[in-house]
Amino acid sequence: MSNRLVSAMGNIGGMLKANALLLLLSLSLFTAGAYAAESMPAASTMPWWGWALALFVTCFFLGIVAVPSGVGGGVLFVPIVGGFFPFHLDFVRGAGLLVALASALAAGPSLLRGGLANLRLALPLAVLASASAIAGAMIGLAIPANIVQIALGGTILGIVVLMALAKKSEFPEVKASDKLASVLAMNGIYHDAARNQRIDWKVHRTPLGLSLFVGIGFLAGLFGMGAGWANVPVLNLLMGAPLKVSAGTSSFILTLVDSSAAWIYLNKGAVLAIIAVPSVIGMMLGAMIGARLLHVLKASVVRKMVITLLLFAGIRALLKGLGIWI
Amino acid sequence: MTSIDKSSYISPEQQRYATWLSWGARSGLVILVVTFLAYVFDWIPARIPLDQMPNVWSLSAHAYIEQTGAPTGWQWLSLISQGDFAGLIGIAWLSGCSILCLAAVMPIYVRDRDWIFVVICVIAMSVQLLAASGMLTVGH
Repeated sequence: MSNRLVSAMGNIGGMLKANALLLLLSLSLFTAGAYAAESMPAASTMPWWGWALALFVTCFFLGIVAVPSGVGGGVLFVPIVGGFFPFHLDFVRGAGLLVALASALAAGPSLLRGGLANLRLALPLAVLASASAIAGAMIGLAIPANIVQIALGGTILGIVVLMALAKKSEFPEVKASDKLASVLAMNGIYHDAARNQRIDWKVHRTPLGLSLFVGIGFLAGLFGMGAGWANVPVLNLLMGAPLKVSAGTSSFILTLVDSSAAWIYLNKGAVLAIIAVPSVIGMMLGAMIGARLLHVLKASVVRKMVITLLLFAGIRALLKGLGIWI
Repeated sequence: MTSIDKSSYISPEQQRYATWLSWGARSGLVILVVTFLAYVFDWIPARIPLDQMPNVWSLSAHAYIEQTGAPTGWQWLSLISQGDFAGLIGIAWLSGCSILCLAAVMPIYVRDRDWIFVVICVIAMSVQLLAASGMLTVGH
């Protein structure tokens, strides 16, 4: 009885700590955003290092919430930094791609070794998505920034709806591989540590999946975002890969898709080290903390917080693009 | 209970890709941090002083290049003795390390006569190299 009481008290204490931490994170992100927005017209009065530090701190917090909420850092980075920092959207998108790329590169080796990312599943999809990401990056850099802002706002609001409504299937039922998946041997085995079980998987609807990845790559290049929010549903719900394999393979695909788009931004002079590097380092350190807090934070609460944050950032991007809230 | 050998599930090409990617990502991040520290602490003088950056980072990439004379394509490589361009070495390395990983796994596919994946690797490398080449131009 007393053990149960101690355990219950411990759980309540853990929940309170987790919720307090979440509240602190929310307040920090909204305060940083509001402060940056207020400061924008007088951007030159704040020294460069103040902006670099604000960027690092913002990305650190974004990295913490990105892991438990299951979204990539890039999808949070572009609308929030693009909406509330004085940097031009071209540089924000260039940095956003590098944030998503660095995170994917850091995670890639262990995902491949653990079987959660699969090379045979990823490469055909990544080839098409990489090519279309180049086209997206080129078009994004050629059209006026306000048009990109409006499209970004609309896309972010679409992601909010997708995140709020989309279902997930841990082990989708795939009765038989389609012909293309059989020819490409898009199947595999991984060891599920939680179940201590060997999981055999295969995929179907490959032609449709391939065509959707063309669109996903285009959006990644256009907006400078990692596209995990779109990769995972296509791999999991459409093609029938297990959820863990979908998430791992999606992350690995980003190493190729984001690097091809990043080259376009780099060659066009749209990558500034003073914006990109603090963002990458802040996001990666935050993600390391986020991964450690994964067991303490309540994922559903973090997810709701991130959806709220994205809703706010999406509306901001839309209004900024329309010239209503500059 | 027998222990499960996870490595038995992973193909040799996937193992090799992971090894190369691991080295590529780690070395890229080290280069990124070291060159950035050299840039911000002025160990390597920058072409555009850091205190001038707030005046230009709100410009579009096109206007930024026009105003500062910053290079496009691979011209930045000739300016890596300057802090702001030295910082791009790590970024280029991280963007390019996947090309080396793809090249590293191709011999395994060739050995296994897996010609479909040889072709996929060649196309994937070509796409990456085309993007990196700077030949694809865009204009406002």
